[in-house]
Amino acid sequence: MSTDHETRLAGLLRAALDGDEACYADFLRSVAQLVRIMARRKLAAAGSAEPEDVVQETLLAIHLKRHTWRPGSPVMPWIHAMARYKIIDVHRRRGRRVEIDIEEFANVLEAESHETVSARDVGKALAGLAEGQRSVVAAISVEGRSISETARKLGMKETAVRVALHRGLAAIAARFGRPET
Amino acid sequence: MKTDNLISAIAADNARPVIRQGQIWALATGAAVLVAAATFFATLGPRPDIAAAATTVHFLFKFVVTIAFAGSALLVLDRLARPGADGPRSLRWLGLAPALLAIGIGVELLLQPTAQWQMLAEGKNSLVCLTYIPLIGLGPLGLLILGLRRGAPTRPGLAGVVAGLVAGGIAASFYAAHCTDDSPLFVATWYTLAVAMLGAAGGIAGRLFARW
Repeated sequence: MSTDHETRLAGLLRAALDGDEACYADFLRSVAQLVRIMARRKLAAAGSAEPEDVVQETLLAIHLKRHTWRPGSPVMPWIHAMARYKIIDVHRRRGRRVEIDIEEFANVLEAESHETVSARDVGKALAGLAEGQRSVVAAISVEGRSISETARKLGMKETAVRVALHRGLAAIAARFGRPET
Repeated sequence: MKTDNLISAIAADNARPVIRQGQIWALATGAAVLVAAATFFATLGPRPDIAAAATTVHFLFKFVVTIAFAGSALLVLDRLARPGADGPRSLRWLGLAPALLAIGIGVELLLQPTAQWQMLAEGKNSLVCLTYIPLIGLGPLGLLILGLRRGAPTRPGLAGVVAGLVAGGIAASFYAAHCTDDSPLFVATWYTLAVAMLGAAGGIAGRLFARW
């Protein structure tokens, strides 16, 4: 089972690190699916939190920490450790403990899963961004525009759009670490 | 927000060049060594008889131990900064330098009369050692914690301790050029204590600053 996933995902991430946007989106969609099943099981058992929040937090973390993967080393344990850290983090913030082992992660790979509920936390964090970053992130994510379309629409340079997008995503990710209000 | 929408935004952010964690460590440790060197030469400086000392096994052995310690701790730190890289298991590499030191102590105990042991362990510079190794290591510790923040330690406290040990190893490697107490008995007693202080400081710093 896992060798297929391992080879495919490692290949996609390697291409992504070389700048291939389509491979990167493919990689992220697969990761979302894996983490979703894992999070749904864990969080349902503890009766708390929206699994999709964990999925999105993990995707952001993987994005901002993708330079910690060493090409050539296994990618599945890296994804698993990242998701595990984020699930435990969510529980810690809600005052619970959770144990996750890798066996369950492996079983999860067999199943199919689709997003059912959209997350609230990322949406909330997006709303809290500074105006410039928010309009850029919203244009690219919610409206599905490309970098160049966004630049034209907002009357910005493409490099400025890229910077605002990166800072906006980093700011959204940073918000999760804070205690809930 | 829908996850697919978030994925579009993340994928669009991929064009920026990614600085690899290995490059981050190269930068952080390079800067750490420079800062340690600057602090060392501004405060203590090498001992006056360093040329003569450098011909003795006792003096050189100190560097074998401290440099081996800094190097192995750096490898462990790198593992701890990468999720799923078996960080905790790599902790055993930290045993390398203590094992070398234990051999040195064994030889020292064979060569030196029992009556000398206590005097050799106490030395003359214990307070200087306990003051200056932490002092020289403080800047390097800060730089390594910065490097750790760019990583993704799933155990930030533990990774912070190891960052403190790397800083301690670097600081001790400079301090050893100043200190006239060359016995492995002195190194095992006071260097260990001084490096442990940096490890403790690193643990706190890791918990505070290396979460993600």
